[in-house]
This record gives sequence, structure tokens and C-alpha cells, in this order.
Amino acid sequence: MQSRWTWRLLASPGVLWLSVFFLVAFYAVVAVAFGNQDTFSAPVPFWKPWDWNVGYMLAVLRDLWSGGQYLTVFVRTFVFVAVSLALSLLIGYPVAYYAARHVHGRWRGIVLVSLILPFWINYLMRMLAWINLLSPDGWATKVLHWVGIDHVFIWLGLLANEGGWLDGQPSTVILALVYGYVPFLILPLYASLDRIDQRQIEAARDLGAGPFSAFRRVTLPLSVPGILAGSVLVALPMFGDYYTPDLVSASPKTNIIGNQIDELTRQGSEKVTGASLTLVLSAAMLVLMVYYLRTTRAAGAEATAEA
Amino acid sequence: MIAWLRNPWARPRALVVVTGAYILWSLLPVALAVMFAFNAGRSRTTWQGFSFRWFTSQVGVFHDPALQSALKHTLLLGVICVAVATPLGVTLALGLQRWRGRGAGTVNTMMLLPLVTPEIVMGVALLLLFLKVFPGLGLGTVPQAIGQVTFTLSYVVVIVRGRLVSIGKEYEEAAADLGAPPHDQILRVVLPLLAPAIVASAAVVFALSIDDFVVTQYLSGAPSTTTVPMLLYASARGAPTPALNAIATVTLVITLATLSLAFLVYRRFAGGGDAAVVAAMEM
Repeated sequence: MQSRWTWRLLASPGVLWLSVFFLVAFYAVVAVAFGNQDTFSAPVPFWKPWDWNVGYMLAVLRDLWSGGQYLTVFVRTFVFVAVSLALSLLIGYPVAYYAARHVHGRWRGIVLVSLILPFWINYLMRMLAWINLLSPDGWATKVLHWVGIDHVFIWLGLLANEGGWLDGQPSTVILALVYGYVPFLILPLYASLDRIDQRQIEAARDLGAGPFSAFRRVTLPLSVPGILAGSVLVALPMFGDYYTPDLVSASPKTNIIGNQIDELTRQGSEKVTGASLTLVLSAAMLVLMVYYLRTTRAAGAEATAEA
Repeated sequence: MIAWLRNPWARPRALVVVTGAYILWSLLPVALAVMFAFNAGRSRTTWQGFSFRWFTSQVGVFHDPALQSALKHTLLLGVICVAVATPLGVTLALGLQRWRGRGAGTVNTMMLLPLVTPEIVMGVALLLLFLKVFPGLGLGTVPQAIGQVTFTLSYVVVIVRGRLVSIGKEYEEAAADLGAPPHDQILRVVLPLLAPAIVASAAVVFALSIDDFVVTQYLSGAPSTTTVPMLLYASARGAPTPALNAIATVTLVITLATLSLAFLVYRRFAGGGDAAVVAAMEM
């Protein structure tokens, strides 16, 4: 029997690391957001809560409340994420379903590797690939023109002019987000569909359910936790994205909240306002983060109990 | 469709088509980007014949000073990150696995938080930390490495814990029954059993570090601290040559080679696929 302290001691370097570089770092955002700035507009953090200056945060909240620029950007972010997520589920669910329930033998390995592969291809390289293909003389632009899809998009008002895929089109940003994040959705979907007991579906069939009703009343409900976990897992990074709109659009018309924060903090000199917006984003994300942590903790406890 | 209704256990054709189309759509653009790394001309959109010039010429990956520097800095950060995050994560995993009672839940949550925090929030937080709390360090290599360790650490813990769960406590208890003191139980029994998971997590950390963009960009300083993903971000929309595709291809090959090697090692030494760890590696 070992002393309880052995394990705490072993964990302590990691705990210390995360305390400083995660918790204190996050507190720095709070201290800057509720701080002030000097005459060179460099941030001056106020570390003690009783010193806090709420002026900058109030200005951000007032802008959101009165329908200012930040509200426009926040609403756009929610629309982009919601549409991208819906399209991702539409594409990802059938693929995950097929991989989990219908592929067997040698093909299973090949399909799984193909589904995992995009994970380990640099996100920016995947965007670079599309930038090349969608440039005015790119191959995708030519194929889309040949099939007539660009005219359909122009007719629907989703594209301004022929070959202008990369000129600040919201539709291109959404398609790029879908392309970028679908792989991260497919794996949790796959895991939850793979876990469903085949016998439950067989029982539904034996009791006279048709294939569609068996899917609708057994498989689909059983995969809801996977759908939710996967959606949260891709929504969180989408909300924090700024590079996808930058790369495939580079227009202020498609700026999302990440672009706004990036412009204020990393590129710009309004770090206090940037920190306030970062806090607002974090607060908005809290529900999603807590949901995901709770489900993973439950899954972890299950795994420990099984072992 | 009708055939499927008659025999629901047959292969659903529509799903085969959707899955096939998805895989093609997800991988073909990247395959074409790799192909254009070998373009003989200066275009990234028009094929002008095969050549190695974007790798070997004076403006290619292996000679151009800016590309060289980005590649070296990316690999340097990868090595530092593996060297720091792996031991830190392994000890944290060991500690968390057996730590019962007060504080365990809090630490567990804190360990998982970086996995779900949008990266831009971590980027801003670390940037302000290094500007306001450790201004002496400046921005550049050290902050970049620290930032990468902070978010890769959790992956190590998740992978190593997956393996710890599958090993169970029996070996350790046997060692304790045979009179091994605690440090011997860890060093001579648990660590060797963990070795495959440690190799796997080191590979995952290396790949994550090489591919990281946001935190690395937020904490970069002088131009010499530009990494390959930062270079891709900065020049993808400009008018660069296929050398950009070439440097992306080189990093892709390094990432995939590292992960495949680690996967083979894991399969060879961990006695068959270990679902939890494989799943974590895929995460």
C-alpha cells in the first residue's frame, strides 16, 4: 500500500504547469479585460478584483445590446457555425453510419484510415489545396463552371460573379468550414454508431419494424449522444476560427468573432477590448464546454468501471 | 433502394456512393496539392510537367532561406514539445489515475479543459500572460514551446490513462506483494508496460506541434520564429510558387511517417489493438 502522497507528488509538475499556463493565463485575460490602457494603448491589467475597471467590458456589452458591429459579427458567427454544422451532419452521418455498420473485413481498415487521414493533414494545407483549386483559373473553378454549378450559385445569390469563389463569399467560407471540420465530426459519430448493439436493431426488425422505422426508432435515438458530442466537438473550434475566413475570403463582410478578436489582440493595439470580447466568447462557449466535459467524464468513469 | 427494402442486410448502394464520394472529396484536393509540389512551372493551378525544382533548386524547400528556417523552427518546436510534454503528461496520468479523494476531480477537469477551449482563447490568454506576467521572456521560441506543451499535455494524459486502464492494477499489486517498494513498482513494472503508450503519445504530440497554428502564431516573435503552418497562412493567398506546396508536402510526410511508425510500434508491443488508446490517437 502506498502513501496517498506518492500520487499527488507525481501529478504535481503537470498540475503546476496547467495552473500557471492555463489558469493564470486565463486570469490574465480577465485582468486585462477589467483593466485599463496607457497612453500608448498598451494594456494595463488590474490583478485585484476590487480595482477592476468595468468600462471596456461595458462598452462591448453596450455595443452588443444596441446592435452594433460586435452584434453583427456575433450573429454572423452563429449563422455560419449553425449552417456549417447542419451541412456537416448531413454529410458526416451517412458516412459514419456506413463505416460503422456496413463495412467489414479488409475494406473496414481502408475506409477507417481514409476517414482518419484528413485529421493528420495540416488544416492550413487542406485550405491551401482549395485556394489553389478555387482560384479563377483553378481546376475546381473550371469543373464547377463546366457542370454549371457556378451559375446555380449566382442565380441563388450565393456567388457574385463567375470564378469569384475567393472574393469574400459567405457561401465559400461555409463550405470551407464544412470541409475543414467534417472529419472531426465523423469520428465521434462513428464511435457512437459502432457501439450500438446489433441485436437491438435485429429485435426491432423481428418485431416487424421496417428498415426505415428500425433506423428512425432504434438506431437514430441511440446515436443522439454521439451526434451531440460530435457537434459540440466541432462547434467549439469553429467558434474560435479566424483563419478559414481569412484564407478563403479575406473580406470584412465574412468576419466572424475570431477575426474580430484576432484583429484587436494579435494584430491590433486594442488588446483591452479584445480581451473583453474573448471573455464574452468564453462565456458563450461555457455551456458547450461543460456539456462535453460531463459526457467525457461519464464515459471515462464507465471505462474505468469496466476495467 | 427497392432491393435494399427487400433485403435490408444487403449492402446499401446509396451509402456506398455517399461514402465513396466523401472520401474522394476529402482527400483528392490534398492529393492535387501534393501533385502541384512537383509542377515544372511556377503555377499552382496549371500543370506544366513533372520536376523536383521546388524541392532542390535555389528557391526550393531545401535551399531557400525562409523555407529552410520555417522547416527547422517547426521541427525544433516539435522536439522541445515532445521532450517536455511527454514526461509531464505521463507523470500527471499516473498521479491522476491513483489519486483518490479531494482535488482529483478538479485536477481532472483542469486537465481536460485545454481540449475543449477554442484555440483562439488559449492564444489570447498565453499572449497576455507572456506580455504582462513574464515580459522578460519576450515572444518567440520559448513561449511558443510552452504554449504547445500546454495544449498537447492533455493528449498525453488521455492516451496514457487509456493504457493504464487496460493494464489494470494486478501487475503493480503483484510487485507490491513480492516486496517491491513504490518507486520500483512504477519504474520496473508500470513504466515498461506503458512504453507503447508513451511512444504513441510522443508521436501524437510531435504531430500536433508540427501542425499547430493558432497558439504558435500568437506567441511568435521575430521572423525566425515563423513555422510552416504560419508560412502557409501568410502566403497562401499571395502569389507564391509551388514551393509552398512543396514545404506543406514535406511536413505532411514527416507527420504521417511519425504517426505510422508509432502506430506500428504500438501494435507490435501492446499486444494487439488497444481500443482506448487507438481511439485517443485518432482524437
